[in-house]
Amino acid sequence: MTVESGAATTAVPALDQPVPDIPDQAGDFVQLLTPEGERIDHPDYPLDLSADDIRSMYRDLVLVRAIDTAAISLQRQGELGIWASLLGQEAAQIGSGRALSPDDMVFPTYREHGVAWCRGIDPVKLLELYRGVSHGGWAPEEHKFHLYTIVIGAQTLHATGYAMGIQRDGTDEAVIAYFGDGATSQGDVNEAFVWASVFNAPIVFFCQNNQWAISEPLEKQSRIPLYQRARGFGFPGLRVDGNDVLACYAVTQKALQAAREGQGPTLIEAFTYRMGAHTTTDDPTRYRLASELEMWKLRDPIERVRAYLVRGGLGPKTEPEFFAEVDAEAKREGARVRDACRNMPDPPPLALFDHVYAEPTTLQREEREQYAAYLDSFEAGENGGADR
Amino acid sequence: MTKLTLSRGLNEGLRKALENDPKVLIMGEDVGKLGGVFRVTDGLQKDFGEARVVDTPLAESGIVGTAIGLALRGFRPVCEIQFDGFVFPAVDQIVSQLAKMRYRSRGQVSLPVVIRIPCGGGIGAVEHHSESPEVLFAHTAGLRVVACSDAADAFTMIQQSVDSDDPVIFFEPKRRYWDKAEVDTAAGMDGALPFDRARVTLEGDDVTLLCYGPQVRTCLESAAAAREDGRSVEVIDLRSLSPLDLETITASVRKTGRCVVAHEAPVFAGLGAEIAARVTERCFYHLEAPVLRVGGFATPYPPSRLEEHYLPDLDRVLDAVDRTFGY
Repeated sequence: MTVESGAATTAVPALDQPVPDIPDQAGDFVQLLTPEGERIDHPDYPLDLSADDIRSMYRDLVLVRAIDTAAISLQRQGELGIWASLLGQEAAQIGSGRALSPDDMVFPTYREHGVAWCRGIDPVKLLELYRGVSHGGWAPEEHKFHLYTIVIGAQTLHATGYAMGIQRDGTDEAVIAYFGDGATSQGDVNEAFVWASVFNAPIVFFCQNNQWAISEPLEKQSRIPLYQRARGFGFPGLRVDGNDVLACYAVTQKALQAAREGQGPTLIEAFTYRMGAHTTTDDPTRYRLASELEMWKLRDPIERVRAYLVRGGLGPKTEPEFFAEVDAEAKREGARVRDACRNMPDPPPLALFDHVYAEPTTLQREEREQYAAYLDSFEAGENGGADR
Repeated sequence: MTKLTLSRGLNEGLRKALENDPKVLIMGEDVGKLGGVFRVTDGLQKDFGEARVVDTPLAESGIVGTAIGLALRGFRPVCEIQFDGFVFPAVDQIVSQLAKMRYRSRGQVSLPVVIRIPCGGGIGAVEHHSESPEVLFAHTAGLRVVACSDAADAFTMIQQSVDSDDPVIFFEPKRRYWDKAEVDTAAGMDGALPFDRARVTLEGDDVTLLCYGPQVRTCLESAAAAREDGRSVEVIDLRSLSPLDLETITASVRKTGRCVVAHEAPVFAGLGAEIAARVTERCFYHLEAPVLRVGGFATPYPPSRLEEHYLPDLDRVLDAVDRTFGY
């Protein structure tokens, strides 16, 4: 005999049972463009994008992938210390990034290269961090894009506090906080959910569930779909096809609008896949099957947009020249990024004493002077004495 | 004897600990199937199962907090914090809970928890991956703080730490993970130097050079260079940062009359400050020069292209040694 109650039907998966590899498409899963490039209408998410808008999104997707590819090759050649690839997550980032208004503030992790692109940050600036010449270096307020946060989940609280500031200023802005599936286990992220909820903060929590926290699959972090956690905190959550740039755009735009209108936070779980390694120092063959990657290749975020455009989804078919032009531009951008990285100078040694405080204290001044004298004690030219 | 990397020495030591006591557990992010990002726990989950080698959710406070609960239940958890800069979310559990439980319970509760932390710089990493936070824990009464410097000590000290009934913060010099040394994996722990004792790694007469973790190799190289200048440097690997083996330190400084302390952590309020004060108190009439310190600067850890300037290298250590002869 089975007990027929609502609670009994929501079975908790066994520990060794992986999270279903594709969500139930009939349920809470927003998809507007299938992996085959077929457009699906959704009553809650009408799209007001022109063919040009979608072509422009396609261009962004291709360009950020080219930049990512360039960065991986730079790391292989020893030009970068490490790189965190966004491969596979382009749609989640371009879709959500393009939904932002210029005044909306972004709090990224260290993988949001696509969102950075949407905020007008030169990719070469991103490489500074991974090359080890700076810890960031762009002006966060100028781009409305905070520095990359490497400590997992910490930025979700900063984002929430920033959103509380917007409430106090009474302006028409919203905040988006990016994080991954692994981060949802951190105390900081759960505290951010609590704060955002009780203060009704104008924030969108954008979780890119790429299925893997380094070697740990999602079931090591959660026994329920991540978006369902929002309910327990008292705000809406939804799951979107994270490889569908149109759906990511639509759901983010709507959630940001709700935030601006005083309706509080939304959790968006962008269901996607980390096609590459966690970083260039990681070896995913140690912990996941190649067949999984093959399956996700069929859901590639770029191919479906191309298929849609080729087929002429919005009026006339997009001509091959357009794609050739984008490819050529991607090639040029990749080359530009590679050259700029290789030519990036190391910071002068004494720069390491800068910006510890608003004004250097006696301690930094003393150590700086002592170290300068120490460098000078070496023969000129041998240890950087000349150009510090 | 087998030649092992430091990483492998830890692995073999952890394997022994798991074999010797069914209550020993390993827990952390990516420690199971992947074997840790530095492969320290490689193969252990395969051999000891998922109940004893646990891939945890991604939350450092959770790792340490649940380790405390497991220890209350009679287990001996060995936690891995993936990188030094990620220990801070767990600091409440370590400082306010783990360190104080014995004291609060008036000796009734022991928490035999080991927290392994890869530490230090020199691998060209991004921020939060190169820090040396040992002094925060040394400042916290109730914690033992140790640092291994080679494969042989890694092998024995990790086992001694697991055996300890006090909580142990165990620092591993990440840029030395691949350094090899002879290790006798068949040897028991009976003849091993206790993990709270310093070791005189190189005997000398003119100056005492105190170091630990990643700086030990640097200091041995500096001592070799000083030897060419006719100076005999005694290099002491502290191994235990709290408690300090003042007996060994004091005996050496009374012999040499000079003392230099090297560490990667900032010099300001670093371990060298404590050592300098203690050595001055105990060896005042033997000292020919003030105790000098060489270490990181009073700045956050810099971007990696500047880390060669931040980290004390052979020349900076040698410079400090030279300066003690200038008084």
